[in-house]
Amino acid sequence: MSTRFKEALNSGEFVITSEIGPPKGTNIDKMHHHIDILKDKVVAMNVTDHQSSVMRFPSIGGCLAIKERGGEPILQMTCRDRNRLALQAELLFAYTRGVMNVLCLTGDAVPVGDHKEAKGVFDLDSVQLLRTIRQLESGKDLGGNDLDGAVEFCAGAIVTPEANPVEPQLLKFEKKVDAGAEFFQTQAIYDLDKFAKFMKYARKFPVKILAGIVLLTSARMAKYMTENVPGIFVPQNLVDELAAAPKGEAINKGIEIAGRMIAALNKDSICDGVHVMAIGREELVPDILTAAGL
Amino acid sequence: MKSITKQKTFDEIKEQLDGLDKVFIVGCGTCATMTKTGGRDEVLGMKDRLQELGKIVTGWTVIPTACDEMTEVALRENSGAISSSNCILVMSCALGVHKISCYIDRPVIPALDTLFIGLEDEPGNFHEVCAQCGQCVLGQTAGICPLTACHKGLLNGPCGGTNKGMCEVDITKDCAWTLIHRRLEAQGRLDLMRKYQPPKNYQATPRPRTTKIA
Repeated sequence: MSTRFKEALNSGEFVITSEIGPPKGTNIDKMHHHIDILKDKVVAMNVTDHQSSVMRFPSIGGCLAIKERGGEPILQMTCRDRNRLALQAELLFAYTRGVMNVLCLTGDAVPVGDHKEAKGVFDLDSVQLLRTIRQLESGKDLGGNDLDGAVEFCAGAIVTPEANPVEPQLLKFEKKVDAGAEFFQTQAIYDLDKFAKFMKYARKFPVKILAGIVLLTSARMAKYMTENVPGIFVPQNLVDELAAAPKGEAINKGIEIAGRMIAALNKDSICDGVHVMAIGREELVPDILTAAGL
Repeated sequence: MKSITKQKTFDEIKEQLDGLDKVFIVGCGTCATMTKTGGRDEVLGMKDRLQELGKIVTGWTVIPTACDEMTEVALRENSGAISSSNCILVMSCALGVHKISCYIDRPVIPALDTLFIGLEDEPGNFHEVCAQCGQCVLGQTAGICPLTACHKGLLNGPCGGTNKGMCEVDITKDCAWTLIHRRLEAQGRLDLMRKYQPPKNYQATPRPRTTKIA
């Protein structure tokens, strides 16, 4: 069985995905609002899994909400909070509820989050989780036992094209490909020339690559990301562009920049699509897509 | 190789000694002396602080190696002062605390927290290099243990948190996989890093772990 997302990846169209951040608490109105805004504008929506190790409403819960509201979910699954039993169990559950796209992640470290004394699990890593999915699909669990009813997923992973150093990162990318990753969503990229070089390398592999586009909201945010977020580098000309925007207009400049980058990636078919992350400003994603001419 | 310790806060020591007014203090002449957490100076310092607090220190000793079999003898030599105390405050790693608990019928209180088994690379600089997992992978990782040196204990390469070769969790620490990659590359053995490492057997020797030498 193929998912709508997988069909789009294989159709050759320029695939747009976006992201939903579940709430901290039980007020799910804003999440529902974001889903309703995005469900017809993008092919599929990731739901983050305690992003940045901050405890929230669960990823699977967000995915079910997307299903109920007629959208296509991508379940983000990290290895930080569950051991191999819990990860497999959740995959079985997800499958029975029609959540069949999974993004396999190692997960952020515990100390960067808001439960700094918690035990980080990391029983599996992202490569092993991808292989776990393929193993479950073969009808057996990680213990080698038969499953009564198997699963089928469209499984993906992430890659950081601008990691420093990049060589170990690319080696892991190849291990993820070997482990059965069908698609990759990248860490945020801003330097299209550098990204094109990465794509020249990545094109050697039978996987679909969606470039990560994170909305820049101000020059300060751009500088902060460059200085603090591993693998993200915002070129100075973009920082200057944001800084030159009239007061209160930086966000519109950010939308314009994101739109411009997406349009360029699409026009030259540099990659297979984009994964647009507006980090809490999901209502702006349609504006970004309009700016991209999509 | 040393058992690395740090002294508990005095508040925590005080809390543990609540209702125990007569204290005998034991230090250790090996690791805890070297790490300056439970040698003669620290034991005497603790004695002063406890006395300022109004405790009676019935005696003290620094056992050459608190975790070995001579500990019983050292305790026997101090049996008078120990018998007039109502607890033993131990300034050694947890191995010493455990050993002393085997011979003493009164409360044994740790004054230190045991952190890790450390390797000294330069004087006073200790690193945890082995997590004692029971399934050594160093042959595939150029002598650097990813289970120990990588914050997440990843077996198949770095996460996305590598920041200029350092770890995003603590930028003063190297990214283990950057180091492993560098060494394997220099050895012309990067194929080892390309090889898939399956999920680790975390029950290689189920806890509590024991062994009997034949």
